[in-house]
Amino acid sequence: MCTLKKRGSLFFLTFTGDDQHRINPNLIGNILSHLSQVKAQATPGSVLITQGKFFSNGFDLDWAQAAESKQGASERLRQMVVLFKLVIASLLNIPMPTIASLTGHAAAGGSVLALSHDYIIMRRDRGVLYMSEVDLGLTLPGYVNVLFREKIGDALVRRDVFLQGLKMKGDEAVKRGVVEVAYNSEEEVREASVRMAEELGKRKWDGEVYAEIRKGLFPQLSAMVGLGHKRIANPRL
Amino acid sequence: MCTLEKRGNLFVLTLTGDDQHRINPKLIGDLLSLLSQVKAQATRGSALITQAQGKFFSNGFDLDWAQAAGSQQGTSERLLHMVESFKPVVAALLSLPVPTIAALTGHAAACGFVFALSHDYIIMRRDRGVLYMSEVDIGLTMPDYFNAVFREKVGDASVRRDLLLRGLKMKGDEAVKRGVAEAAYDGEGEVRAASVRMAEELGKRKWQGEVYAEIRKGLFPQLSATVGLGHKTIATPKL
Repeated sequence: MCTLKKRGSLFFLTFTGDDQHRINPNLIGNILSHLSQVKAQATPGSVLITQGKFFSNGFDLDWAQAAESKQGASERLRQMVVLFKLVIASLLNIPMPTIASLTGHAAAGGSVLALSHDYIIMRRDRGVLYMSEVDLGLTLPGYVNVLFREKIGDALVRRDVFLQGLKMKGDEAVKRGVVEVAYNSEEEVREASVRMAEELGKRKWDGEVYAEIRKGLFPQLSAMVGLGHKRIANPRL
Repeated sequence: MCTLEKRGNLFVLTLTGDDQHRINPKLIGDLLSLLSQVKAQATRGSALITQAQGKFFSNGFDLDWAQAAGSQQGTSERLLHMVESFKPVVAALLSLPVPTIAALTGHAAACGFVFALSHDYIIMRRDRGVLYMSEVDIGLTMPDYFNAVFREKVGDASVRRDLLLRGLKMKGDEAVKRGVAEAAYDGEGEVRAASVRMAEELGKRKWQGEVYAEIRKGLFPQLSATVGLGHKTIATPKL
């Protein structure tokens, strides 16, 4: 499923196992529980890195279809869509910088999960970002539209990703402003993620302020996933 | 504090002195008064250049004044007072019936950066000075209109994230490359000269001021609304 480890001020949320890390209610529950722990243990200088050999291939459509009726399948999918909002809310609200460290594909829900982080680092030689919904015949939940609109400013990129089902590799993702940087191997991606986390951690940002500023960058998404905001006006000088 | 000169068609608003040009109630009052004069005296072909002397364009709100309140609560209150008071300055710039250029020969940080961004164009130095939103480092959240300024003026979400969430100190060349500034030059003299050149170019178009202001507000609808500006339709073209 997924594990949480702490190394110094870095938190590592890792998708374990060789499967596609399909997002289903179990995994969602797991992630929410770990994120809760991360939040509770946060201090200035903390950073979260989310990683996995194969990042995630999206919602567990097999589980949905196992419902034995079209209505049941729809219902299960809807359930996952709703539950997943909580993960996004949790990441948006987390009082530290977050990095999605992609060493494999991130498709559909997996792509959304990656984009819910502050920074994405990925491989250039392997792995794609891919919104598979248009190819699968699924529409996009409202909050996914809002997420992409607020995170990716370029309308043409959003069109290519959503409407063309573009499989975006590392170099293109960097060039088009979707990810921070891309490297040539799994090892390099992991090292770069740790390096970036340490750089960000050195700034020792106040976690609560950081989370509020982040939510201010994504106001529509924050509102949609049920987050409020607060003002902090006590500068440390 | 600040002065206003008229040179031909150009209005030049200067933040005087070698200090950090911290934004406090006094400076805000002066700015509002001078911008009011610009509005009253503007004609077709006018343009405004806002500039500063010394190492800083402006280093943001006067946190020393805020802290002189003597208590955490008092500090918060003074800070929030300045945040609210500065909104009319943004509103005045947004509704000014002339093109506006911020000529940065020094650092523009926090509210100072917002002040610069409230102009139509930014010209800055490439060899010195940065654009910097210091709030994340100081531990302050963004007022709503700060977020609106960035959202509507800086199109690239990654740039907004780097500026607001990462506290990036952006120098001239990067500011131009990433779409935050119009142009960057070497040295104070070149920035001032380029600003005058640009102001004159824009002035030649002899835009009808009221129309110009309305079109500008239409580009920044959320910001306009947040700082309390309405809008009107003008449908009598000069043909």
